[in-house]
Order: sequence, then structure tokens, then C-alpha cells
Amino acid sequence: MKTLAAIVGPGNIGTDLLAKLRRSEHVEVGYMVGVVESEGLDRARQLGLAASAEGVDWLLRQDPLPELVFEATSAYAHRANAPRYAEAGLTAIDLTPAALGPLVCPPVNLHAHIGAANVNLISCGAQATVPIVHAVSSVVPVPYAEIVASVASVSAGPGTRANIDEFTHTTSRAIEVVGGAVRGKAIIVLNPVEPPMIMRDTVFCAIPADADTDAITASIERLVAEVQRYVPGYTLRAAPQFDEARDAWQGNGRVAVFLEVRGAGDYLPEYAGNLDIMTSAAAQVGEVIAQRKTAEVPA
Amino acid sequence: MTAPAAAPAGPRQLRITDTTLRDGSHAMAHQFTEEQVRATVHALDAANVEVIEVTHGDGLGGSSFNYGFSRVDEIKLIAAGVEEATQARIAVLLVPGIGTKDDLRNAREAGASVARIATHCTEADVSIQHFGLARDLGMETVGFLMMAHKTSPAEMARQARIMVDAGAECVYCVDSAGALVLADAQERVQAMVAEVGHQAEIGFHGHQNLSLGVANSVLAFQHGARQVDGALCALGAGAGNSPTEVLAATFDHLGIVTGVDVGGVLAAAEEVVRPFLPRWPKMDRSAIVQGWAGVYSSFLLHAERAAERYGVPAHEILQRAGELGYVGGQEDMIIDIAVGLAQERDLAATGAR
Repeated sequence: MKTLAAIVGPGNIGTDLLAKLRRSEHVEVGYMVGVVESEGLDRARQLGLAASAEGVDWLLRQDPLPELVFEATSAYAHRANAPRYAEAGLTAIDLTPAALGPLVCPPVNLHAHIGAANVNLISCGAQATVPIVHAVSSVVPVPYAEIVASVASVSAGPGTRANIDEFTHTTSRAIEVVGGAVRGKAIIVLNPVEPPMIMRDTVFCAIPADADTDAITASIERLVAEVQRYVPGYTLRAAPQFDEARDAWQGNGRVAVFLEVRGAGDYLPEYAGNLDIMTSAAAQVGEVIAQRKTAEVPA
Repeated sequence: MTAPAAAPAGPRQLRITDTTLRDGSHAMAHQFTEEQVRATVHALDAANVEVIEVTHGDGLGGSSFNYGFSRVDEIKLIAAGVEEATQARIAVLLVPGIGTKDDLRNAREAGASVARIATHCTEADVSIQHFGLARDLGMETVGFLMMAHKTSPAEMARQARIMVDAGAECVYCVDSAGALVLADAQERVQAMVAEVGHQAEIGFHGHQNLSLGVANSVLAFQHGARQVDGALCALGAGAGNSPTEVLAATFDHLGIVTGVDVGGVLAAAEEVVRPFLPRWPKMDRSAIVQGWAGVYSSFLLHAERAAERYGVPAHEILQRAGELGYVGGQEDMIIDIAVGLAQERDLAATGAR
């Protein structure tokens, strides 16, 4: 039997997530929740979901209650909703920057947080780059890692724009806490070029002067393949680029990794890889948690 | 040195902000020493320049793999500039997405008093919270709409409106690529003045890639701009900025009061900055391609380095950056382009065999 889930937030993200979860073997989305009537709610109803504009109050009155709730609203809304989900025993998968639960990047640390009541998906930039930082830091110490995320202007919503520092802070923290770099830095660039550019991410890691570059390349390629399992459009633009140690880099060398994230084009356009990698990671987390829940049910 | 007897008198009509120690950081590969900063601020201050910008070339927090690490922490350089200045105020640049509000607080604590918040010309709404903080910190606020050739005069006016509503006291039309040709600059400034001129000043920041930085600045003033940027010896990205000393001399010649002592800035350029120039910014092939193809001027040195590393021509890298529409901050894409060009070259060589 599939695990019953709800999506709170019927916007572009929630709608794209629904499209992905409809292909899931283990998750059944039964509810779509908003706070005003919207096209997103109508689309969900047309697909046979129970949908309401009466918010979380409505969701928590439903019988049966969902076991999983995907939060695709805002950090502000999630901070208000999270205690109520917890009280009702729902596992929350948070796509907002609220970061109440542990920061999760599926191929890196989902296994460590599989039982958590609330997991957070950090940011699009983190989902794209933390696997690479982790790949490098699994082979050599990484005293410093830096990422540059470039996204199409049209794919950066009002929430991101109103609080762009939040991206910088949460992503740099994830580079350290999840990626394993001693110090992390994140940069985001919005590019308005037409037709819209596909999301690009660059990861720079400081590495020891005598690092085994073949081992680092192999580790990066392994993690890229892991991410590709749930984000097929996640690709290396070129082989990892290694630079010799320099005094200006405190005697470290550097590896630079150039990534492209093309979305699946489920509901969101293909160029919006930044949004797709969030909904894909959320679907993946839901899938793994649901699989675990199913396995726990006595036969 | 004293000003010529015929120097225009009366209240200041135009403010020249000097950005040698910020835009010039690009041309210096971010290697400014504290001594260079002190000497430059001292000379500019003595020449009565009112605002001097001191920051990493890519703004606060710009010290990085992507843009180049600063030799000396920018906060230390800002504090040194503040200490050296007697009448001048120290400005800092902040590009949201690169620097954060924390960086601005640190700069304020170091004594910076003018916050210049920069976005791509169509993305002003990412700067709203930073203007809010700058005002809360009691700083003068300036908005910086970069790569102004990339959008229309009408859109520049709309974006200026967003910044003014967020708290900007002046908004600049920033010709980051040195790609605006005369009427292009004039029309943008006119549209911005028409939209927000009754509430805020308009500024112009020029580059010399097509040699028009000073000419565009004059046109900007004639159409309502009240602030312009310059850098001593043109020290800045691409073919450099409108030279401060040429701006001062030109406006003086036109009888427009800037308050700047022309002799003083000529001395600052010749005696203080020229001796430490790694090279005099010039209109070479790569820099002209930047103006012609509309490429962010700061890409120049990065393209030269990638050209050397991957054995492909710098001007071809820059040309492609223009075709792909990369914007300020996307320096990482220069390596990406160079790797791609090297691959194409190797494929062609294999095919020819």
C-alpha cells in the first residue's frame, strides 16, 4: 500500500511536485492545500485529489490524515505550520528555507535523517552543489568550498528576491554541515537572458597540493550518477578542472566542477533546473521515507 | 597645486565619486596594499573629492575563488581609508547575491558612510532589504543598475523607481560593459530623471572600452545626472573607467562646478597611482570586444588568465560571453567557455588529420 501524502502550497512548485509524485511507487498524494482558491487547486481537483483553500485547519480535519506533508509555501508559513504537523504526527518534508529540521541532501545524508519528523531541503543551489563538495571531502580534506549558482531571472520567485541573503546563508551553511567543507561560501546570480538560461552551478573546492586527482574525479562522477537517479538532467559540463597549488590559496590546489541542471519539464519549464532539483529532491525524500514506512508495517 | 584662476566658482553642480580603490581592484587583481589605499585616499581627499569608494572589485564579500581573493581584507582597507580621509567620505559597493547585510554592517562599523547597492539592470528588486539596512545604519544610499546597455531606457526608469522606493537617494546608470554609445547613455539618463528625478539624483558610471566614458558622462550631466564616477589613471575593469582627472578637467573646462581640484587629481593620478599601476588600462583587442559585444568589463583579466591556461584567445572567450548573455558575477562561466573552446579546437584538429 502506498503512503498517503499532502502537498501544502498549490503554486508552481507544488504542482510540479505533484506531477513527479504521481509517478511514485510508494507515495500517493491525496490532498492539495492552499489558502485562497487558485488554478493550482483546480488542477489538483481535476486529477482527483481532495483540494481546499481552507489551509492546514482543513487538512488536519481529514480522515484519514496523511502520513507525509510536503511544504511548498514559504519559510514564514512553514514556521507556523510545523508544530501543528508535529502534533498530528505527520512527517514534514520542507521545501522552504525555514530550516527547522535537519538539512538534507538525498545522496549525502538522507539515510542519517530518515526517521526525523521534519527534514529541510535547504536551497536549490545546495541540492545542486553539496553532493559535489561531499564527493571531494570524502577523498581529501576541504578547508574551503565555494559555489556559484546562476539561475534564469524568471525562475527566481518573489520570496527568493525579497530575501536573497537567506540563500547565501543557508547554502553556505549546508556546504559546511552537509558537504563537509571547513568553510563554505555561496554566490547566486540572476540572469535575465532570453531564451532563459538553464540553471548552472560551479563548485570550487580548495584541496591539498598533493591530492589524488584521479580519486577526486572518480568520487565526483559517482555522486553525479547518484543525483542523476532522481534528476536526469543533472550533468557535468566538462571533466573536473584541477589547478596547481598557489600561495594566494594558502598553498592549496583547487578543483572546479561545472554543472548544468536541466529540469524534467513536468510542470515547470526545462530551464528552471533550480526549481526542478528541489521538487525532485523532495519527491526522492518522500519516496525513501515511504519505502521505509511500508517496510516497517508487519506483514 | 592650486586651481587655475579661471576655475568655476559657486555651489557644486556635479559630484565626482572616485572608484579607483573599488573598480580599480579588478585591474589590480584585488592586490591593493594598505599603503596604496592610504596614499590614494590621502591624495583624493586633498584634491577635495567628496566620495571615495573602497571595496573588493566585486563588492563586499567578493574575495573568492570566483572573483579573486583580496590580498588585504577589504574591511581593513576601508578602515584605513576612513582614517586617512579628512573631508571625504568612504563608500562601499555591495552586490546582493555576492555580499550580504552582515558585510554591510561590518563595513559600516569600519567607518564607511555611503552604501552603493548594485544589481543587474533588470533585477533591482533583490536590493530592497539592503537599502533598508543601509538607511537603518544611517548611510547615504546609492543604487547601481549595472550592464545598462542590456535593457531599454523605459526599463531603466522602472528599475530606478524600485530602488528609490526602497530608499536609494541616487540611482546610477552603470555602463559596466562600456557599450553605451552617446545617445544610448543620454536616453537612459533622461528616462531615469523623468521617473525619479524629483525624488533622487541620477548618476552615470562609464567605462572606456569604446573610449566614450567621459563623453557619455558629459551627456549624462547635460541631461540631468548629478553624480558621475571616475578612477585615477582609468584604473578599472576592461579598458578602465572614465578617468577621474579627465572628468575633473573636462567639467572644469565646461564651467561646471565639481568642487574637485583639477591639479590635485592630476597629481594624484601621476604621482600616486601611476607608479603602482600593473599596466595602464587600455583599449586593446579584448577590451574593445567587451564594449562591442557588451561584455561585463571585469571579465577581462579572468579571460586573459583562462586564455593562458587553456591556450585559446581571450577575445574569443569574451566574444562568446557576450553571445551567451552572461551578466556580472558569472566569472565562473569564463573557464567554462575556455574549456569548451579548447574542446572545439581539439576536435577540429582531430578532424583535420
